[in-house]
Amino acid sequence: MKMEIAESVFLMAAAVESPAKMIVRDLAVFYGKFRALNGVNLSIPTRMITAIIGPSGCGKSTLLRSFNRMNDLTSNCRVEGEITMEGENLYAPGVDVVDIRRRVGMVFQRPNPFPKSIYDNVAYGPRLYGIHRRSDLDGIVERSLKSAALWDEIKDKLHQSGLSISGGQQQRLCIARALAVEPEVILMDEPASALDPISTLKIEELMQELKKDYTIVIVTHNMQQAARVSDFTAMMMIDDARAGRLIEYDATNIIFTRPKDKRTEDYVTGRFG
Amino acid sequence: MSTFTELIDRNRIGRARQRKSTNALMLSLTALLTALALVPLFWIIGYVVVRGGKSINLDFFIHLPRPMGMAGGGVLHAIEGTLVVTLLAAVFAIPPGVLAAFYAARFPNTPLGVALRFSTDVLSGVPSIVIGLFTYALMVKTMGHYSGLAGGVALAFLMLPTIIRTTEEMLKLVPSTLREASLGLGAPEWKTSLSVLFPAAANGIITGFLLALARAAGETAPLLLTTLGNERFDLAQIITGGVQAHQSVFQIIGRIINQPLDSLPLTLWKYAQQPYPERIDQSWAVALVLMLLVLTINITARAWIQVRTRRMKG
Amino acid sequence: MRKNFEKEIQHLKDELLVLGSVVEAQILGSVESLKKRDLDASRRIYETDDQVNSKRYAIEEQVMIVIATQQPMAHDLRLLASILEVSGELERMGDYAKGIATVSIRMGDEPLLKPLIDIPRMAEKGADMLHRALGAFVHEDVEAARAIPAEDDEVDGLYNQIYHELMLFVIQDAKTIERANWLLWVAHNLERLADRVSNICERTVFIATGELKELEKHDKK
Repeated sequence: MKMEIAESVFLMAAAVESPAKMIVRDLAVFYGKFRALNGVNLSIPTRMITAIIGPSGCGKSTLLRSFNRMNDLTSNCRVEGEITMEGENLYAPGVDVVDIRRRVGMVFQRPNPFPKSIYDNVAYGPRLYGIHRRSDLDGIVERSLKSAALWDEIKDKLHQSGLSISGGQQQRLCIARALAVEPEVILMDEPASALDPISTLKIEELMQELKKDYTIVIVTHNMQQAARVSDFTAMMMIDDARAGRLIEYDATNIIFTRPKDKRTEDYVTGRFG
Repeated sequence: MSTFTELIDRNRIGRARQRKSTNALMLSLTALLTALALVPLFWIIGYVVVRGGKSINLDFFIHLPRPMGMAGGGVLHAIEGTLVVTLLAAVFAIPPGVLAAFYAARFPNTPLGVALRFSTDVLSGVPSIVIGLFTYALMVKTMGHYSGLAGGVALAFLMLPTIIRTTEEMLKLVPSTLREASLGLGAPEWKTSLSVLFPAAANGIITGFLLALARAAGETAPLLLTTLGNERFDLAQIITGGVQAHQSVFQIIGRIINQPLDSLPLTLWKYAQQPYPERIDQSWAVALVLMLLVLTINITARAWIQVRTRRMKG
Repeated sequence: MRKNFEKEIQHLKDELLVLGSVVEAQILGSVESLKKRDLDASRRIYETDDQVNSKRYAIEEQVMIVIATQQPMAHDLRLLASILEVSGELERMGDYAKGIATVSIRMGDEPLLKPLIDIPRMAEKGADMLHRALGAFVHEDVEAARAIPAEDDEVDGLYNQIYHELMLFVIQDAKTIERANWLLWVAHNLERLADRVSNICERTVFIATGELKELEKHDKK
């Protein structure tokens, strides 16, 4: 079963004419002795939106955070297997984690702008990499805010605190902040779950725009959102050993109209549990 | 069998009335007890204001003490002494305190982190006079004389536990997502702490610092054994004299901190024991000044936080 | 889980069965009234078609509501889309019955060209196929659904027989052409009815497998 998925995954990525941006091979994640993720094989196609869905606790966030090595921050976390981005293994010894985090950006569930001005929030990343000239930063800040569909709303308030804007705007600010360092992949961990429906739709539209330039991976517990927004969907579930596993991975249209695995069918029709 | 609604329907009006009267009773009881609790506070403030107020005049603040029998004279030396000694204490206590707190918050389960927290708790329980004695042995004896420097060190020991504990608590309150967001952009740990965590926790850290400062300003025991007292301490004179003699900034500062100092609490203690009524009156005045100083620090702390919070929330 | 949703789906299936039985009765009744030259019965059949139409629209509206409020996916989505299709097919079958009743009314007092034997047989076969196809649909019985379209051969066979018989009549006496035409029209409607039953069977397979394709028939036209 595992082999079938692995093969079909690579075949499909080729068939879709979208080269794989990232390939996950036999990924397993342990917290101490506890195996949180087991035997995940997956390929993330370039400049498409891939959604990861599944019931609570099935390891979606753990998988997502493996893509930018944020799991390293949890003590006693161990990773087996590999994740390659365009050929390079992200988990090879000696790899520059800071550079990985620049190339693979992240947007979190609750908007978390820094307690600084809007300008300084977006400029934070570039400044880390040594860009200090005002004119350079101005350009980057404007471009990033425009890409995040926020520029028009706050261009007169750049020096106000990042916390003074609405929740939906804060989340777009966080997206702009991530875009400022020009990543290749953007990871989104339930980016709209803390937002009202209109802000949610704005973020979803933004994702469709962003996918022209960036590869996006989104974790969501909102199935309809996954169906609306993504091109490919990965279905995960906990197995008997309480480890998260990849159950099915296919084009979104297939997953939601005629999934192959009964567990996927039960989940998307709401009859799980 | 009656339903809940049927059961409570009986005597609805009576119960409502009883609820109202119990409410009123409780409310008045609480108000009474609150007033009772406030009585000592206002009594002390009132007494000090009345008793000390009559000795307050401009002279009090800008003049050094005059011998008994002469009119005028003030406690400038004590005011300046308090300022110098608390400033020194702040300089000595804040850097290690804040850094230690960052370490303890980031690595709570390491041996060093655990030791830090344990030592902080122990230090906060040490009596202030013992700290004074320790500083005496450490500095006064080795230097050969009493000094403001030693006083600053002693007070720093006193301030350290409060600063560490408050800073650590405030850092723990910063949501972990802020830290993750910074790390997710590729920032190293130290930059994250400096540029993101510290500003986010700044409000609380400042409060902690000011509270520690207010406490230090009012401490007597450690200063007894380290600064001794100096009725002829005149900051203005030292500075202008030094400038005229072309001394460097370091030399002037050295002269300031390297001699015995007086301070407000110390002065209060000394004057209150003297047989002269004028001195007794002055000790009440000093009490008033000290109280006002602590009050001002606290109010400033609160005002600062209000302004910062309003600016942050936009 | 989703008890409410399950109830709604069951309700829709029941409504579909109700519509199906009305249509069956219309088909059999229209042919019976034609055979017995009972013009009143034919008129009643004609008017009852309004009920068929409104029932179909009621089912459609209900399906829309369920889709909007329950966000069905996968199997549920296929089922609801198929209910839409099938109610449309049933409505068209109702129109065939109405057409047969119209023929009866138009013929008025004119006698039948010949006593009806094969036409009632076509109607019974078609109504029986419809009944079983709807049963298979509602119970999502793929095996039964796959088997029914093959029986269309029998209906086609009867149609060919009727066609040849009526042609013989016309060749022998050209004046019978109008009455032969009427009867051919009726037979044609019944033949189309059986085709539509096959569509219903395809839908049943689609719901279960997600594949939409023509089922095996042996077309000898």
